[in-house]
Amino acid sequence: MDRRDYLKTMCVAAGSTLVGKNLAAQVTESGPAAPEQMAVLVDTTRCLGCRLCEFACAKANGLPEPDPDVDITVARNTSPSQWSVCTRYDTEKGSVAVKRQCMHCLQPACISACLTKAMHKTPDGAVAWDGDKCLGCRFCMISCPFDVPKFEYDSPNPKIQKCVMCWERLQEGKKPACVENCPAGALKFGKRSELLEEAKLRIYQNPDKYVHHIYGEHEAGGTSFLYLASVPFEQLGFPTNLDSTPYPEYTKEFLYAVPLVLTLLPPLLLAINKATGGEHEEAEEHSIIESEVR
Amino acid sequence: MEATSIRILKPGSEIRRITRFLLGELKPKGRILTPFNVITALIMLTGIVLLTIRFIWGLGSITNLSQDYPWGLWIGFDVITGVAFAGGAYVIVFMVYILGQEKYHPIARVTVLNGFLAYLFYAGALLLDLGRPWNVINPIIGNSFGVSSVLFLVAWHFLLYMLAELVEFSPAIAEWLGLDRIRRVLKAMTVGAVIFGITLSCLHQSGLGALYLMAKTKIHPLWYSQFIPVLFLVSSVFAGLSMVIFEGTITHKVFQHRVGAALHRSHDQIVLGLARICSGVMFVYLFMQLLVFVHERRWGYLGSGWGAWFLLEIIGLTAVPAALFLYAFRHRDLKITRVAALFTLLGIVLNRLNVSVISFKWYAAERYFPSWMEVVVTLAVISAELWVFRWIVNRMPVLDTALAGEARRLTLEREARSAA
Repeated sequence: MDRRDYLKTMCVAAGSTLVGKNLAAQVTESGPAAPEQMAVLVDTTRCLGCRLCEFACAKANGLPEPDPDVDITVARNTSPSQWSVCTRYDTEKGSVAVKRQCMHCLQPACISACLTKAMHKTPDGAVAWDGDKCLGCRFCMISCPFDVPKFEYDSPNPKIQKCVMCWERLQEGKKPACVENCPAGALKFGKRSELLEEAKLRIYQNPDKYVHHIYGEHEAGGTSFLYLASVPFEQLGFPTNLDSTPYPEYTKEFLYAVPLVLTLLPPLLLAINKATGGEHEEAEEHSIIESEVR
Repeated sequence: MEATSIRILKPGSEIRRITRFLLGELKPKGRILTPFNVITALIMLTGIVLLTIRFIWGLGSITNLSQDYPWGLWIGFDVITGVAFAGGAYVIVFMVYILGQEKYHPIARVTVLNGFLAYLFYAGALLLDLGRPWNVINPIIGNSFGVSSVLFLVAWHFLLYMLAELVEFSPAIAEWLGLDRIRRVLKAMTVGAVIFGITLSCLHQSGLGALYLMAKTKIHPLWYSQFIPVLFLVSSVFAGLSMVIFEGTITHKVFQHRVGAALHRSHDQIVLGLARICSGVMFVYLFMQLLVFVHERRWGYLGSGWGAWFLLEIIGLTAVPAALFLYAFRHRDLKITRVAALFTLLGIVLNRLNVSVISFKWYAAERYFPSWMEVVVTLAVISAELWVFRWIVNRMPVLDTALAGEARRLTLEREARSAA
């Protein structure tokens, strides 16, 4: 080990510090939601279970038309060909219909999982997917707390399929297709902050009608689909074991440690190498070789 | 000095010499129709057929992956477990080049080669699992750096670490080709590559664990904790060293004729030394597991079937082999060392699969179990790696540093002759 090696190592260390700074900046980029975050309020007490939202969704997004005869009392999940599904649950207050789709988290796990930024947020706050970037690694599916992204296992050119909140329609100033086609007024589109107030107002004015909880206000750090219900949400198939920590937080500490390790470990290793007399290593190897040749 | 200047004057003849040499080396050595060759060839052929089907009809045609289980055997075993097993490379070069423990020098090359091939093939198997592999260059050259992704970090580190290991191994290639001047240049880069490689290894060994941090509600609480990255890093040390012991045992039997005097003389000492390090690190790991156990308040889960499964991993396949390693070192018993290494490897397989596959979505109605086709593809990847490993060990000075000396002596003689 000579001075050149030392300099080389220091250069590597310096380079990684720069990378590290970029990284830190990127991690916080997905920070608090923009003020104009758009959202949908789903009031399940008003939902008829008519499934018009399913048909509107399929039509707007070029998906195959849903089977009209399906039994919606059997819980269904979204699928690669159906981004929004409506299920009827038997609850303590009778039958309650719930529409499920991507929750469009404020700080989505899928975006922080994506190594190519194929999953991204549009200016309106919708979480959308870009096929030109996606590797199909399915890390978004591992990470999503709601198991929303779906993968086309039967295609040689598979896509990640999920609700994208009709982000193209939003840019034209329209509402998401499901909201526009809801005949019962169960879905309301607007700014998230205003919808939260609306939801709280409804609970305040009808304290006996609703459970006093807005699903999505805090879950996984907050989501853009907000739900009101007359029964506790576990009876409606919602995951209720999510705390209010935004998902990118779970890997943030690890990612912050990366630039530190990249900068501090090489000089430490170099120091140990010097301290243990590493420069004699080459000479010793020669002596091994010579002793063996002899 | 004279000899080297003549070589510079005649680059054409040097290239012709290397080409002729390479063509000669490409021919297989030894018998062709051995049971090993026939079986592995059949597995690889089946693997190629299966992969063709997979790339025409999609992942669902040969795997049991589902919307609930996006990652199965290929990620859980090939990548997550395979990389832990390849951890021996960074630990051994740390001991040899950083701590200056010359005792372990004779196994440095074969370990680095094993590590390099493991990354090449097992991490390479990741490409088979990608739905849209044609986009794989995006995170490397594209304008789409998802730097908030743990997977981005892991992907880059795989790539850079493979380069570092190639540099560490490259003197052996130069010796094989008789390129003494290039060898000296490559040799001078070794310590730099080693330092870089160890740093990368620490980060991506733990990074593989960090991949699962966001699966908080999906992994059984006996396996999920915020400390998965640290546990993965520490366990990669004894996983890698146990693999070195296990592989060394087989390599020594199969490639007896390639083992040099230095390695032959010191091999038993090396294995016992590794046993001691393994047992030490395993007790540290067990202590960390205990702290995590207490911190996460896991008592309540021990009564279930999952609890028994957890204890099998922690007690049966970690604590027991740790004690066996200690016993084997004290009594200088090589046989028990090998048994302990095998147990440890099983424990690591169980641990990595428990986190990535077995306890993943432990509540799911439909569990994932790999299809026979996924298993065959995994075996095909391992077979291909063994073929390449054998090809290299039979030709390059890997197990025998004296071969390096021999090769250099021959080169010098040749140069002297051409100079005359």
